[in-house]
Amino acid sequence: MQVDEAPLEKAFDATIGAGDRIEPRDWMPEKYRQTLIRQVAQHAHSEIIGMQPEGNWITRAPSLRRKAVLLAKVQDEAGHGLYLYSATETLGVSRDELTRRLIEGKQKYSSIFNYPTLTYADVGSIGWLVDGAAICNQVPLCRTSYGPYGRAMIRICKEESFHQRQGYELLMTMMRGTDEQRAMVQESVNRFWWPALMMFGPPDGDSPNTAQSMEWGIKRHTNDELRQRFVDMSVPQAEALGVTFPDPELQWNEERGSYDFGEPDWDEFWQVVKGNGPCNTQRIAHRKAAYDDGAWVREAALAFAAKARADEND
Amino acid sequence: MNDIHIQQDAEDAHDNAYAGLLSNDAHWAFGTDFEDPLAGVDTTIPDGLDAAELAQYCLMLGDDALVYAHRLSEWTSRAPDLEEDIAIANLALDLVGQARLLLARAAAADSSIVPVLPEGSPVPDEDRLAFFREAGDFRNVRLAETPNGDFAELVTRLLVLSTWRLAIFERLVGHPDAVVSAIAAKGVKELAYHRDFAGRWFVTLAGGTSESRRRLTDAMRAVWPLIPELGEGTDTERTVGVDPAAVALEVGVVLDQVLAVGGMTAPDVPGLARVRGRAGRQGMHSEALSRMLAEMQVVARAHPRGRW
Repeated sequence: MQVDEAPLEKAFDATIGAGDRIEPRDWMPEKYRQTLIRQVAQHAHSEIIGMQPEGNWITRAPSLRRKAVLLAKVQDEAGHGLYLYSATETLGVSRDELTRRLIEGKQKYSSIFNYPTLTYADVGSIGWLVDGAAICNQVPLCRTSYGPYGRAMIRICKEESFHQRQGYELLMTMMRGTDEQRAMVQESVNRFWWPALMMFGPPDGDSPNTAQSMEWGIKRHTNDELRQRFVDMSVPQAEALGVTFPDPELQWNEERGSYDFGEPDWDEFWQVVKGNGPCNTQRIAHRKAAYDDGAWVREAALAFAAKARADEND
Repeated sequence: MNDIHIQQDAEDAHDNAYAGLLSNDAHWAFGTDFEDPLAGVDTTIPDGLDAAELAQYCLMLGDDALVYAHRLSEWTSRAPDLEEDIAIANLALDLVGQARLLLARAAAADSSIVPVLPEGSPVPDEDRLAFFREAGDFRNVRLAETPNGDFAELVTRLLVLSTWRLAIFERLVGHPDAVVSAIAAKGVKELAYHRDFAGRWFVTLAGGTSESRRRLTDAMRAVWPLIPELGEGTDTERTVGVDPAAVALEVGVVLDQVLAVGGMTAPDVPGLARVRGRAGRQGMHSEALSRMLAEMQVVARAHPRGRW
């Protein structure tokens, strides 16, 4: 029997149009579901892969206080991945399946995590600039049209903003330290500034999915709008910190009421997106090793639970 | 004038993550809003306690926590599933917290044990002890420093170490030094969770698949030779702390119970030999410790005047 989807689609459009949320049991167009799965899974994968570049410094954290802060932060990222995988499960796809898609390269994660962390200052730069850019992207998603995703994002944004402040506080503290530490901060900011700007995605003219995603209320601002907002927020923060951004074109434009800034290297961006970044292979190999090494544990837990159920039924 | 440049949509204002970034309000993470973990605590040594011995005792317990926290933290992003990744990070965080308090307590009791850094260095005592001592000055038992194996090894080692440490901490709650007593009271709750986590997984792996049982058997063979060292106390432990020999029976009973539920048998293996009578508590470690410390200490040591 063929279901007439026209009235369902009309109700869906009305819900979106009124700015209300779509919930898991509501009818939704298949393309909306697939777009959401792609976006939320990509976000979940980013949290999980994002544990690696910062986790790289846990065992070398230079004070016990910083070690605790960093451990807690990386732990939060695992927690974010967990909520987001749960949100995708409401769309009918399991965490296990999504993990396989990640490992097989069928789904992506944020390209920023394909850059290496080379000094302890990178922990601060990631907090300040990378989490800062992520928040710019994510705060509007708290009002995204799909309920479980929007609610997960509210909690995630609160924690991300906390991480951003911790990162900024680390850099601020290092700037009050030695000359070597100040140089370390500046060098790290130099490396992360452009990749952070690339986190907003390609220029609007080259972003094929933006229009449909905005119409559906999955995305609420264009890449270039968010990038501009991030630059405008970050410049005064850099001044307060005492560092500069590596962009000779960066200057205040009175007329626009915004900062003008240079073009990121989009060739580098596409290389990293397509899998040729400095750490793409390493990140996926690390995730795959953890997944493969843990298979026997997950199997044991399932077998144990099955035996316990069988015993109950006897 | 900075605020003028920070633009935001009115609709985003209520959850703007940037609000307050440059202000200094007190919303920092748990355990990170102070520099000195013993700030405001009376660290006077009670009559009848030898301060130098108390400092050594705190180093022993603090180093056990610091070194094993390092091994646990190496699991980050490598656990069998996200839930375990989060749980293991919690274990490591608890132990880093215990280490901070115990090392700070050791330094406050006897400042002569704290490594000397260039004049004007802002590095706090807890970090001088953690990052500027040589391997031979560490007082942890060797079981804490053994390199990580698989998840069965994590579960088995955690079961042994947390059962043993919990038994000691339960007794330290009544310690005459108010600081040690308070550290123990906080630690007991944490360690009870650690033991519970380990015990549940031990039973799960024992009753899971033939593969998980085989791995658990191997893990027990690796961990068991390091157990006798835990019970061989030093004069310091006997004088100012808890004699580990006094908890050995209780620890054995708990382990036997867990093994019995899982249907596992303790391996019949001899204890690892000491070197001219010395083991971890006397600063005689395995090769693994100096390698671990090389990694743990590298950034701190490169910046003896650094501020973090």
